[in-house]
Amino acid sequence: MGCEDWRNKLDLYADGELSPAEASQLSAHMRSCAACAASALERVQLKRSVAVAGTRYQPSAALREKITKTVATKPRRGFGWQWRILAVPALLVLIASVAVNWYVGRESARRQRVYSELADLHVAALASATPVDVVSMDRHTVKPWFQGKIPFSFNLPELQGTEFTLLGGRVTYLAQTPGAHLIYQVRKHEISVFIFQDRGAETATLSSGPTHTVSFNMENWTQGGLRYFVVGDVSTGDIQALSKLLWDAK
Amino acid sequence: MEVSDQRLPTATFEDLALPLFDQLYNFARWLTDDSAEADDLVQETYAKALRGFSSFQIGTNFRAWMYRILRNSFLSSRTGLKNTVVFDEEDHDSIPATDSATPESLLIDQANRELVQQALEELPVHFREILLLCEVEEMSYQEISEALAIPSGTVMSRLFRARKALRRLLQAKLQGGRHGV
Repeated sequence: MGCEDWRNKLDLYADGELSPAEASQLSAHMRSCAACAASALERVQLKRSVAVAGTRYQPSAALREKITKTVATKPRRGFGWQWRILAVPALLVLIASVAVNWYVGRESARRQRVYSELADLHVAALASATPVDVVSMDRHTVKPWFQGKIPFSFNLPELQGTEFTLLGGRVTYLAQTPGAHLIYQVRKHEISVFIFQDRGAETATLSSGPTHTVSFNMENWTQGGLRYFVVGDVSTGDIQALSKLLWDAK
Repeated sequence: MEVSDQRLPTATFEDLALPLFDQLYNFARWLTDDSAEADDLVQETYAKALRGFSSFQIGTNFRAWMYRILRNSFLSSRTGLKNTVVFDEEDHDSIPATDSATPESLLIDQANRELVQQALEELPVHFREILLLCEVEEMSYQEISEALAIPSGTVMSRLFRARKALRRLLQAKLQGGRHGV
């Protein structure tokens, strides 16, 4: 490259816009070319004097204060739309969680009410002089006894070879719904089994599973349109064992 | 670049814009040549930038963006400027190989500061602003192209012309000065 070609690039060189390769080539050229070196120096000097001369005006303190105030009160970059993007799902989550809490709270209150009612029925029956209306250890006697007394039928398990014995049964009511109340015994402990049609407002949407209330263990489930509750002051193991027998009853 | 990209999303407008205040004011004052007008222009720039900050693209040059807003505000407040801006754009690829300045003819140092300031004042605004962006703000051609909304080819040619015009003015002043002495 000749001097003329390099002269075209002196501005770019002074402005730092040449590629590193070209810049070093031009540097090499200038070491042997006084004219180009002088021209480059002049450009750099002009740049420098414009930089010095151009830095001239200072803003007033009043303006600085105004701008600082304007700027400081304003939110983060893109806050205008970002907060909406974040806030809408956040609000939905909040609404959902409030709803869930309300529902869970309501559900749990209802569940609690049902259980305490069942526990009351259990205790009341045991405290009664006649805990059962049909006294029989034979399921084939107890089951037919309920016919015509309650609007459904159910199966009771064979207890041969288990620790459980059937003491008898009675008709009971939960939220104005008739059901069967059976009393079993295991090692001198009575266990109540309640069977209702699973359509009553109180029981229909109850979640199944074991529960522990004060001094009682409970299990409940639905099976064939019926809601079963097993309540007693025995261990969860006994409750589960009896529940399984009832579940498997044919 | 990676660092600044990571920093930007959490950077506040304040973080980014306030450090530019002094230089933006200096630039505004050079454009307007009037203290009150410069104040207004800077305020307008910050207000507009603040409103438009949500649309500011991360990864683009914030400084160039601010200067662009300032300059657009200036242009819209002075409709006359638009007419003077365009005349040098067509022939940017025909930069002559040599210019009028010979190395000996122009030795400017800080003593000549006032002289350069006068020359800058006399330059047309579109020459003045590109020189300020390049020399005072030390912007790259790319940044200047973003700030002035012109292609980089035009940045080069306009800079060339601006420097040529400045040299002429300075030479005239220097010679005039000598004659005066």
